[in-house]
Amino acid sequence: MPSDLKPGVAPSSKPKFWNDPDKRALLFQVLMVLTVVGFIGYLVNNALTNLEQRGITTGFAFLGQTSGFDILLSLVEYDSTHTFGTTFVVGLLNTLLVSALGIILATLIGFVMGVARLSNNWLIGKVAAAYIEIFRNIPLLLQIFFWYFAVLRALPAPRQSIEFGSAFLNVRGLYLPSPVFESGFGLVTIAIGIAIAAVIVLTRWNKKRQDATGQRFPVLWTSLAILFGLPLLAFLVAGMPMSLDYPALQGFNFRGGMTIIPELLALLFALSIYTGAFIAEIVRSGIEAVNKGQTEAASALGLPKGKTLRLVVIPQAMRVIIPPLTSQYLNLAKNSSLATAIGYPDLVSVFMGTTLNQTGQAIEIIFMTMAVYLLISLSVSTLMNWYNKRMALVER
Amino acid sequence: MKKIASVAAASALALGVSAGAQASETLDSVKSKGFVQCGVSTGLPGFSNPDDKGNWQGMDVDVCRAVAAAVLGDASKVKYIPLTAKERFTALQSGEIDVLSRNTTWTQTRDTQLGLNFAGVNYYDGQGFMVSKNLGVKSALELDGAAVCIQSGTTTELNLSDYFREHKMSFTPVVFDTSDQTVKGFEAGRCDVLTSDQSQLYALRIKLADPGSAMVLPEVISKEPLGPVVRQGDDLWFNIVKWSLNAMITGEELGVTSGNIDSMKDSSNPNIRRFVGLEGPKGQGLELPDDWAYQIVKQVGSYGEVFERNVGEGSPLKISRGVNALWNKGGFLYAPPMR
Repeated sequence: MPSDLKPGVAPSSKPKFWNDPDKRALLFQVLMVLTVVGFIGYLVNNALTNLEQRGITTGFAFLGQTSGFDILLSLVEYDSTHTFGTTFVVGLLNTLLVSALGIILATLIGFVMGVARLSNNWLIGKVAAAYIEIFRNIPLLLQIFFWYFAVLRALPAPRQSIEFGSAFLNVRGLYLPSPVFESGFGLVTIAIGIAIAAVIVLTRWNKKRQDATGQRFPVLWTSLAILFGLPLLAFLVAGMPMSLDYPALQGFNFRGGMTIIPELLALLFALSIYTGAFIAEIVRSGIEAVNKGQTEAASALGLPKGKTLRLVVIPQAMRVIIPPLTSQYLNLAKNSSLATAIGYPDLVSVFMGTTLNQTGQAIEIIFMTMAVYLLISLSVSTLMNWYNKRMALVER
Repeated sequence: MKKIASVAAASALALGVSAGAQASETLDSVKSKGFVQCGVSTGLPGFSNPDDKGNWQGMDVDVCRAVAAAVLGDASKVKYIPLTAKERFTALQSGEIDVLSRNTTWTQTRDTQLGLNFAGVNYYDGQGFMVSKNLGVKSALELDGAAVCIQSGTTTELNLSDYFREHKMSFTPVVFDTSDQTVKGFEAGRCDVLTSDQSQLYALRIKLADPGSAMVLPEVISKEPLGPVVRQGDDLWFNIVKWSLNAMITGEELGVTSGNIDSMKDSSNPNIRRFVGLEGPKGQGLELPDDWAYQIVKQVGSYGEVFERNVGEGSPLKISRGVNALWNKGGFLYAPPMR
């Protein structure tokens, strides 16, 4: 009937769902998810079936078994009577230790070298450039071997140690006096806490006052005085409740004090110097990305050079620096797994190496190790993203 | 590198691409490939070590060659896959190798929880200590406080902890991936002591720049029965490896060698006639040619020959037979009768 046909008006019935792009996209996404989940399920099921068929023990019960082996370096109490669960913690902490120290050291080296490369002083600039080009272009594993086998192995035997006062350096590591805390040291800890809180309050108060009145208070020096003075005062009041345990040569080796093992030193040097070279380039590019007009404007306002760098250039450079810096931090944490090459007892060496071999439970252990690295990387990344948001340009 | 190997092996298990566990599947695959895939060490003189022409040699290598001689009739048809202590079991579990012959200690955990079977013992060993002579140490009991170099993923690591705990001594473990690295660490002075199975200590000592500067202490602190390992669930293959080893030992007991076996073929001694496959069970139960044991001794040699050639007087290691002599000569070696 002609009355049904109203030209220019779309047919009222809904289009077929395969003609609706939204629904079609949804369909394909659901199919994709099902395929991926199904594939993973198939893999897991297949692995479990195969393992059972071959009489290979599965499950995480091994974590409660006694480990029976010792570890070179442990931040928590550990000996061979502890469980495989503890070896996991020991390995994890050792990985975190070298990663955290490496990140701090690499950042320091990177910022100093990055700024130095831009220096107007010919020598400083060239030295920084040489450092960056050399260490950025040699594979990390070789650098680890270099530090371990070439540099640290040149050190003397324990009985011919190099002495620095009460510290000793030899092929077995660096031996330092270690502090022994006696009763009453709690007071000093409390004093440190109060000092930190006071400094935070002071900084905030100063910022408010400056915003309101324009007057400034010498925060830096006051803070330093509080940070060092208050704990020192508490230390003296409590009657100096701390003594030092000095390392001494006994039998084959030094006993007492604390030892920094050469494996840690070599790995730390290699990781931070290698990553530091990349960070230096990131810092340089960040600083160069700040428009020259900014510096000129700052000097036109009469700001001294130091303040120009600190208050004008760096805050703007940070926006460029932080995202690539994050990936360098992630690289450093992941590269720390090369520790196994020189026998530093990190997670890969202790847990995925010895523990895996003593228990034979490859799948569980590799899964746990991968999950840990994923977790470390995601945490670093979250933290840096948060910092990046804080530093981002606030549009007014 | 180790990580990649382990991950690859684990993914191989997950994907199910590896060899299955049905009876004789390994034998079929070996026959169709035309060679035996044998997991050996990354270099341990006397046990598995490539010579200057790149040919693998040693006690453990000869077990692989014996299996190849029995199955394929040609002892040279072996593909050697060097493995670290950490990689070895995963490589076997995932089917990357057919037999693991890599100075591996037979323990309860390994035999029962890893899906593996130990096919016998080809060397009775025990853990010992090597120290530098200028330390002036005469006994392992004087090692309190020492730094000890050790290879990771071995029973050695466990025995060491047990020994020091038992004697209330302290030590610093310095753990490396390969035995070569432990030697380097020992030479550089990173540790005072190198610990390993005694046979390995002698082998590693000749790798030192000055072998005379180090000595092996008299204490043996553990039992280390070393032998070839196969996957659990393939009984026929397990039997083949087990009886290849038994044939080498029986060969020595019967006095046959690679040199005299051809002339002994006409012997009237029924034991020898059974051995060379003229009488008795022959190769039936093993699904092998009748002359399988003959081929082993002809091409590889009896246990005595293999021992002398690789670790005994005919080698730089000069290890005495000791407990590795035949049962009727004061040792532990005893093969069940071949009949």
